[in-house]
Amino acid sequence: MKVKNKQIFIPLAALLLLALFNLAMDPSFFKISLGNNSAGDPVLTGYLMTILDYGSEVAILAIGMTLVTAACGGQDISVGAAVAIAGSVILRVLVGQGGDGTLQAPIIVAFLIACVVAMLFGAFNGVLVAIFNIQPMVATLILYTAGRSIAAWINNNELPIVTDQTFTYFGGFIPGIPVPTPFFLAVVCVVLILLALKFTNLGLYTQAVGINASSSRLNGLNPTFIKWLSFVILGLCVAVVGLIKTSRLSTINYSVIAKDIEMDAILAVALGGNALSGGKFNIMASILGAYVIQFLTTTLYKFNVSSDALPAYKAVVVIILVVISAPAVKDKLAAYGKKWKKQKEVG
Amino acid sequence: MAKKNTAAGNAAAGRKKLTESNLLLLITVVIFVVMYAGAMVFLQKGFLKPQTFFNILNANAALIITACGMSLVMITGGIDISVGGVVALVSMCCAVYLDYMGGNVFVSLLIALGIGLAFGVVQGYLVAYLDIQPFIVSLAGMFFARGMTTIVHTAPFNVENETFVALKNTRIYVPGMGTVNKLGKYVPAYVEIGVIIALLVVVVLFCALKWTKAGRNFYAVGGNRQSALMLGINVKRTRFLAQLLCGVLAGIGGYVYFLHVGSGSASHASGMEMNAIASSIIGGTLLTGGVGNIFGTFVGVLSLSTIQNIVSSIGLDQAWWTGITVAAMLCIFLIIQSVILRRRQ
Repeated sequence: MKVKNKQIFIPLAALLLLALFNLAMDPSFFKISLGNNSAGDPVLTGYLMTILDYGSEVAILAIGMTLVTAACGGQDISVGAAVAIAGSVILRVLVGQGGDGTLQAPIIVAFLIACVVAMLFGAFNGVLVAIFNIQPMVATLILYTAGRSIAAWINNNELPIVTDQTFTYFGGFIPGIPVPTPFFLAVVCVVLILLALKFTNLGLYTQAVGINASSSRLNGLNPTFIKWLSFVILGLCVAVVGLIKTSRLSTINYSVIAKDIEMDAILAVALGGNALSGGKFNIMASILGAYVIQFLTTTLYKFNVSSDALPAYKAVVVIILVVISAPAVKDKLAAYGKKWKKQKEVG
Repeated sequence: MAKKNTAAGNAAAGRKKLTESNLLLLITVVIFVVMYAGAMVFLQKGFLKPQTFFNILNANAALIITACGMSLVMITGGIDISVGGVVALVSMCCAVYLDYMGGNVFVSLLIALGIGLAFGVVQGYLVAYLDIQPFIVSLAGMFFARGMTTIVHTAPFNVENETFVALKNTRIYVPGMGTVNKLGKYVPAYVEIGVIIALLVVVVLFCALKWTKAGRNFYAVGGNRQSALMLGINVKRTRFLAQLLCGVLAGIGGYVYFLHVGSGSASHASGMEMNAIASSIIGGTLLTGGVGNIFGTFVGVLSLSTIQNIVSSIGLDQAWWTGITVAAMLCIFLIIQSVILRRRQ
């Protein structure tokens, strides 16, 4: 019963439920086979690999989103638009304007510039939230409205195409390694953030600010800086996802790239059992939540649900989740539980 | 322009103590008037014709209605981002009902109201009685509505029901506002039915918020939930009512939108929720609740669409400029609000 009190219980239970459902419906869901991709390299394929592949994008964003949620008690809804900006910057640096698709700059340079740009936009959101005290969801509404327009503007509304093969490695497979690269990128991000949480006071300070900003200020913390920092870290996560997303296509579609990914990221945080009003958080639970969401998405795709109708099913899952975890419902359930126990004792 | 605003604000404050609500409203109205007058002077062409103004109304009647609902929720301290989805769902359901099932117009209106009511009741219950964050609840609502729209029907299509088309093309002429065109022929100015409904909604809600007990409760609950409770206001019911009204208004707005475009499509009203929130903020509704004005929201919608019209008429008609200018305007207003809030504290 001890596990039940832990945060990680909710995503684990959801994962188990989904896995059982798939096992009952069609065990071939879990089949992983070794095949060759178009370049002739050995790669693992199967539904589970798809989950690892695409779930990693949401997982990376969930890291930053968890910190923002914990510190500010609100969510950033501009990450999808920011991913579009980061991707656009990468392509602009790599191909340049009217280029023929060959690399004009090393990929690492393009990525670093995208990191700086994404962190600047994160810092902009952070200033609005931390200094001007605007609700995070509404402050990020600004970038949400303008982001895709800015992304299109960076490339003059052109669609640069990268022809270089090495660029496809980040969203696909590195030759010789059969596991999709985004998974490794996610692992790197997770290790980095866990190290940061272990060796610095970031985690403690973030929780303190999230629980009570003014009392943490009286204790000598700087809530403004902590809140701002969480948005900058999210900016970094956004840049990584921007790289993965553009690498998958070798080009960009401004209005479609990373569409609704902010909702998945927020959902991952909620599914991880983190309080959406800030305070205590658990990064690993969020990351597990991200993969669970991808598990759900892939399951629905398998049952031929079209991508447009997908949100309706997701909404039902969200509602069930939030209703179960609502304090009012929890209290009622606990009361019923007690009553039932009492009756049992009497009987 | 900024200087002018503060000057006007100070002058007014000198005469009578200005509340935050009135100050925000004043800023909005001044900016709108300056913007429209500037467009008339510098851009001339379209803006001198009254019909341009009426076209803004025609195109934004649905937004006015949904933004009013949004303001109601925001005044009580909540938010509802499902309205765009509800509008799309309403127009798709009504379109399918009218064209594929040969239904009549009156029943389609009932369907629209029913969908809005259903969303309002469910979301209101979850927000008010189960105390779940409104953002998450309405996020799920948006997901659900958008998903359902494609489940109901995928491909966009135009409605050809005769009564409906007649209703859609009904024009109400505004006397004395017409212009004489190049051929010397008098062209009367007109508005669509939706505009009448929108204006009615604005007036009714404005009066209700200002002069009824239930209306004042909205402000009390949004201002300070704890003290509202101590005053004996039923906080839960008030929040429920706000969310419910927002849903119903989204339903009505959906029908008006449907009446304007005359088609069903899954991509209808995409981003409308964000425009509604932006209009409310520009109109002086504080996000933290307790402050807001329906008339301000009305002016907010007009400002938003005027700036879009100006952007497209100076030749920057690339879609991205609209997004950037709207975002910039939103940013400015949010910062003004934040400064005002800080001064109050």
